Parts: sequence; structure tokens; C-alpha cells
Amino acid sequence: MVRPPVLTERGHGKILKLMQLSGNNGDPRPPVTLCQLRRGQEAVVDGFDLPEEVARRLMELGFLPGSAVRAGRSAPGGDPRVFEVDGSEVALRRETAAGIRLRELRAGRTAG
Amino acid sequence: MEKEGTCHTLAVASAGGVASIADHTVAIIGPPNSGKSTLFNRLTGLRQKVANYPGVTVEQRRGKMQLTGMRHVELIDLPGVYSLQARSEDERVTRDVLMGNMPGTPRPKAIVLVLDSTNLGRHLMLAAPILALGIPTLVVLNMSDELGRRGGEIDTADIAKRMGAPVVLASAARGEGVEPVREFLMGTLAVPAPLELPVLNNPPACRAWAAQVSGRAYRPPAPPQWTKRLDAVFLHPLAGPLIFAAVVIAVFQTIFAGAVPMMDWVEAQVTASGKWLGVVLPAGVLRDLLVEGVWGGVGSVVVFLPQILLLFLFIGVLEDSGYLARAAVIADRTMAKVGLQGKSFIPLLSAYACAVPAILATRTIENKRDRMATILIAPFMTCSARLPVYTLVIAAFIPERPLMWPLGTRAAALLGLYLLGFLAAVITARLLKSSILKGERTPFVMEMPPYRWPTAQSLGLRLLDRSKVFLRRAGTVILAVAIGLWIMAHLPLAGGKAPEIGDSVAGTIGRTIEPVIEPLGFNWKIGIGLITSLAAREVIVGTLGTIYGIESEEDAGGLQQALRQDLTPGGAVALLVFFAFAMQCMSTVAVVRRETGGWSWPAIQFGYMTALAYGCALAANYLVTAWLGA
Ligand SMILES: Nc1nc2c(ncn2[C@@H]2O[C@H](COP(=O)(O)OP(=O)(O)OP(=O)(O)O)[C@@H](O)[C@H]2O)c(=O)[nH]1
Ligand SMILES: [Mg+2]
Repeated sequence: MVRPPVLTERGHGKILKLMQLSGNNGDPRPPVTLCQLRRGQEAVVDGFDLPEEVARRLMELGFLPGSAVRAGRSAPGGDPRVFEVDGSEVALRRETAAGIRLRELRAGRTAG
Repeated sequence: MEKEGTCHTLAVASAGGVASIADHTVAIIGPPNSGKSTLFNRLTGLRQKVANYPGVTVEQRRGKMQLTGMRHVELIDLPGVYSLQARSEDERVTRDVLMGNMPGTPRPKAIVLVLDSTNLGRHLMLAAPILALGIPTLVVLNMSDELGRRGGEIDTADIAKRMGAPVVLASAARGEGVEPVREFLMGTLAVPAPLELPVLNNPPACRAWAAQVSGRAYRPPAPPQWTKRLDAVFLHPLAGPLIFAAVVIAVFQTIFAGAVPMMDWVEAQVTASGKWLGVVLPAGVLRDLLVEGVWGGVGSVVVFLPQILLLFLFIGVLEDSGYLARAAVIADRTMAKVGLQGKSFIPLLSAYACAVPAILATRTIENKRDRMATILIAPFMTCSARLPVYTLVIAAFIPERPLMWPLGTRAAALLGLYLLGFLAAVITARLLKSSILKGERTPFVMEMPPYRWPTAQSLGLRLLDRSKVFLRRAGTVILAVAIGLWIMAHLPLAGGKAPEIGDSVAGTIGRTIEPVIEPLGFNWKIGIGLITSLAAREVIVGTLGTIYGIESEEDAGGLQQALRQDLTPGGAVALLVFFAFAMQCMSTVAVVRRETGGWSWPAIQFGYMTALAYGCALAANYLVTAWLGA
């Protein structure tokens, strides 16, 4: 599938920023969370800072530690946002997305 | 598919179970929006509600499915679930039925598990806990048409072997691959050897198992390109809200102006047939009852059928296309401001059709307080039964002029009334959520369905079903009220002659409550209408039709003309406001009682809405009269 190059480029730029933000081992700064992901960016779910119930529902919808998640479009104002994960699209509010920790930020989509 | 498989320990139970399933209950289970109700409809010939968003089915529905000859099974269509951990009221129904804990429903002897084949990896997660129940299960991988179109592939035999359960690929919507379901229920389908499955109750383990089962046997389809393209427009920060507003305006203009030719046609038929009856029937009580009571009453409501169908057509397109779920996302921020969430938006939107299914649909809201608040505000949304009342009064009092293309004054007035109801709902929600129903903010998590073309068939069936409901109501409630009212308007007989309507039993009742409603600008005729409309809102139109039918010697220019003579503009606005707020619907009261488990909530709700209706109608009458008088 041909992707609009603009999107990819934009994705790259944002990713660099995020990588700097997340730093590496021993960094006291808070981890990157899903709400920091911009449209078109992709990352891997690491874990949850959410109540057990909510985390479980999210996992049932595909937000499992280790699965790739990609930020999609949002309602006007940026909240809630639709995320592509494990073959489906799920809308989450910013406050919920902030409770999903990420690792391995990647540019754009790998397959498709 | 394997042909053997009756020699293992589990296999005996399984094969034996399958053979004796006939005459027992079979549950249809699966994740939300996987096509369970579509399959149920295929197999039973019934018409359960099907729509393209998760959480359509919220209660168990049973239907007989004919196997061969006299043999049949009882199928149960159930709400969709992601796992057997129930969080909301609808998920609880599924779990209870499955575990045999639902009073009046025997535990299912077999399961038909419906999964979406275009999203198999994730949907298979549900298969693990279901198969672990040890009930004979057929796995239906649905939406094969979409899978094929998007270039996905499945080797069902391979998956069946690794799951230890029969697997079929089907398209419930097209009726392809449905025959094996019948064979499975008759015990003639080859069943693979059941496997000892690990008991999995955490999602990561289920997902890992699903990946292992689907493995090489599944090539996932390409992502739905059209869904992406459409979302680029509908969820565009600027175009999205603009399109939303444009659609709403177009809908209102169409409902008002577009339905007019059809309504005129129906009206002409009603008038002509009424006249014809008046000519062919011999003069007498029966003729008067039929012409004045029935034709005047029921006929004046039937006229609104085209308009209501048009409204349902729009709602049908919204629901079937998948746009509804996007609208819920867009609405979430607004809903959050009043303490609710996007999930409440779907029941509220369906309340534009009717509050009763909307109140049932709140079962999908996990948080109890949010659910209660949504139930309490749903009757403020402008249901289709208000449409005849609004249309009648607006057409009688507001001259049609172009306002802001394409919106005319009348359609704008109608839109205003819809907004009024919405505002009342939102303010009430705010009050509730900051007082008695105060609670933590609950997360909004909602799966987006792919966009799908609403099919002419499904839309057509919706309209057909809706017409039946509407006409049935016209033929029962409205007919009964019309006849009862006509009789009461002709009693007591004085010297063998009917009294003036004002002195009749009906008139006396109207006059008794007149002092209470006079401040609102209503006379006793409207008063009678207010009383009869407690049964259902649109009954007031029929009632006025009957009253004016009795009163007028000649056809005096129809209901609108008569209404103009009876209501001041202030009274007309007050009547609209009253209907916007009052809870005149016994079915709604009944369903609120059922869903809240007692009389206290419906009583509070009824009292609050009636008080609000009265107060605001009073203010409206006073303000409009003062404004026009000045
Ligand atoms: N393309 C395609 N669409 C289907 C098929 N089966 C169902 N659908 C569509 O999928 C959507 C959901 O169908 P439903 O039958 O309401 O799904 P459900 O599983 O009962 O959903 P819930 O009651 O919400 O759990 C509708 O828009 C159907 O038209 C199919 O085989 N192919
Ligand atoms: Mg259903």
C-alpha cells in the first residue's frame, strides 16, 4: 500500500523527540505513555498504570503488553483518540491513554 | 476436517451431546458486533435488531429453529462479550445464561461461537474460556465475504484440529456457509477430536493461545482502506463537525419539507375514504362513530407515517454505516462536561426514535451511576411520537419561509425543539451527576466498527417493521382512545339526543382540569388531549382530530385550521414546550421501573418532568403573549 510520504516524515520527526524524552536506563523521568503518541506513530505496549478492571478490559481489546499500537485520528480537540491495535480500532480518552506505558517507539507502520 | 473423533473421553460427551441437541437450547455467543444477531435471524427467520456498532443486543432473545421434520432447537441470541468476566448489565445476561443462572432459561446444551474472521487473532481470545466450559461448541468464523474481499485467508480444518472443535467459515449476512450450523445441531457434522485445553483466565495467555491456534492457518486481511478514508473525513478536526452539522440540518429539512408530498397523499386518501364512508353508510350512530371518531382520530395520526419512516431511515443509515460509533467519539467531550461519557451517547441517540429501546440500551454502560443518569435523561430526547404533535402545531402557527438555505422556518423550529429537549437532558444530567449520582469519572473505551454500506434490504426491513409498529399502535391504543372518547363525547343522552360536546362526559372532564391548564394557554379541548396523551404522546393528535371531527359540521379546513381557532400563539408555544419536557408515555414509565427495579425512580422522573413541563410552558405562554402584545 502506498502511504502518503508526509505522514511518515512527520512521524519520524515526532519519534525523535519522544526518544529523547524517554531517555534510557536509570532515567528518573516518567515513562512515555500512549497519550503522547501522535497520529501515525507506532509503539509497543509495556504495561498499565490503571485500575485492574480497566487494564483487563483494555487487554481484552488488544492492548496487551508486547503488542504494537498505532495512534489514529481523534475527535476535534484531540480527545478521545482512536488507536489501532491488534487488528481493531479502539477509542480511548486521554486520561486512559495516559495510563498505558509504552516502549520501542517506531516510525510509521511496519507492515501493510 | 477430521472424520473420526469419538473415542476420546471428551469426544464421547461432545458427540453424544451434539446428537441430542435437538429440542434443547443452543446459545449464540461471541464478541460484540461479530454478527451473532445476523446469524440468529438467518437461522430462525426472525428479525432481531442488527446494526453496525458494538452493543446492539442487550437482552437474551429466543427463537425456534427448525431442523428436520418435527425436530427443532431453541436458539438464544445473546449480548456480545469480550470475555466471561462480566462488567456491564448486558454482559451479565450472557454470563448468566451460559452458566445456567438465568431464571427461566435452561443451561444451553450447545454453543455457536460467532467470531469475526477479519480480526481472528483477537476474537479467538474468547474461544479459550468458551471451549473450556466443555459444552459442545461450533466455531463460526463470520464475515467471510469481507475477509475474501480484503485478501485474507483461513484454513479452517487446520484451526479446527488445533482447537479441538468444529470450525466453519461463513457469511451470515449473505447466508453463505450457514448450512453446517444446521448439520452441527443435527449431529451430522464431523467433529474433530476435542483437546484438553489449558484453563486460561488472563488475557495475555488467551492471546498467546489464539496466536498459536491461528498460526500459519490464518492470513489476516489488509486493513479496511475505506474505513481509513472515511475516517479521514468524518474525524477531521474541521470537516468532521461541519459535516455533522450539515447532515443534521439536511435531515431536519428533509423530515419537514421532504415528507410533505407523501403526507399530503396519505391525508388525501384518509379524507377521501372518510367522505366515501359518510356517503355509503346509512346515517346513524355507527356512521358518526366511524367518520368522526375513527377516521377523525386514527386518520389524523396515520398521516404522520411517512415522516416517521423518514426519521427511521436516517437513524438506520447512521446505525448500519458505523458512523454512530464515530459520533459517540466526537460527542464524548461534550458528554464528559455533564459528567457522562460517549457510551451514553448511543442510547441517547436511539432515544430520538423511542425512549424504550434506548433505556434498554443503557445496559452497555458499565458504571451504575452513569447508567442511571442516562436512563433518567433519555425521555427528554425527542422521540418519534412527539413528531406528529410538533409538526401539527408548527405547521398551524409558523408560516413557511426560507431562513438560511436549505433550512426553512418550520424545519428550524423543529430543530429548535430537538435542541430544547437535548438541553433539558444535558442540564438534568449535570444536576444528577453533581448531586445524587455523583461518582468518579469512568473510562470511555469503545471499539470502532469498520464502515459498512447500509443495505437496501436491511433498511427496507427496518422501515417495514417500523410501519407495522406504528400502524399497530394506531389500530389499538389510538383506535381505542378514539372510540372511547367519541362515546364519552356523546353522553349523557338528554331526551335521546347527544349533548353539546362541552356538556358531555368528556367535556366535563376537560372543563374540570381547565383551571389548572388555563395559565398555560390551554382550553378544555387541549386538556382532554393532555389526559389521553398520557397513554402515548401522539394520541393527542388523534384526540383533537376526534373532537374537531364531532364539532365541525363541514370539513372546516382540517386540524390545523381548527387548532388556530383554539390556541393563541402563546398557548401554541406552551404546548410545544410542554410536550418537549413532559413524560407522557406509559411504556417508558414501565421500562424504567423494570430497569431500575422499583417504582421510586420512575415516580421521581415523572414528577420532575411534569413539573418542568408545567413551569416552562407557563413561562413560555407568558413570555410569548407579552412579546406579541407589546
Ligand atoms: N460483510 C458482512 N457483514 C456482516 C456479516 N454478518 C453481519 N454483518 C454486519 O455486522 C454488523 C453487526 O451485526 P450484528 O448481527 O448486529 O452483530 P452482533 O454480534 O449481534 O452484535 P452485538 O449485538 O452488538 O453484540 C452489522 O452491520 C451486520 O450487517 C457478514 O457475514 N458479512
Ligand atoms: Mg446482536
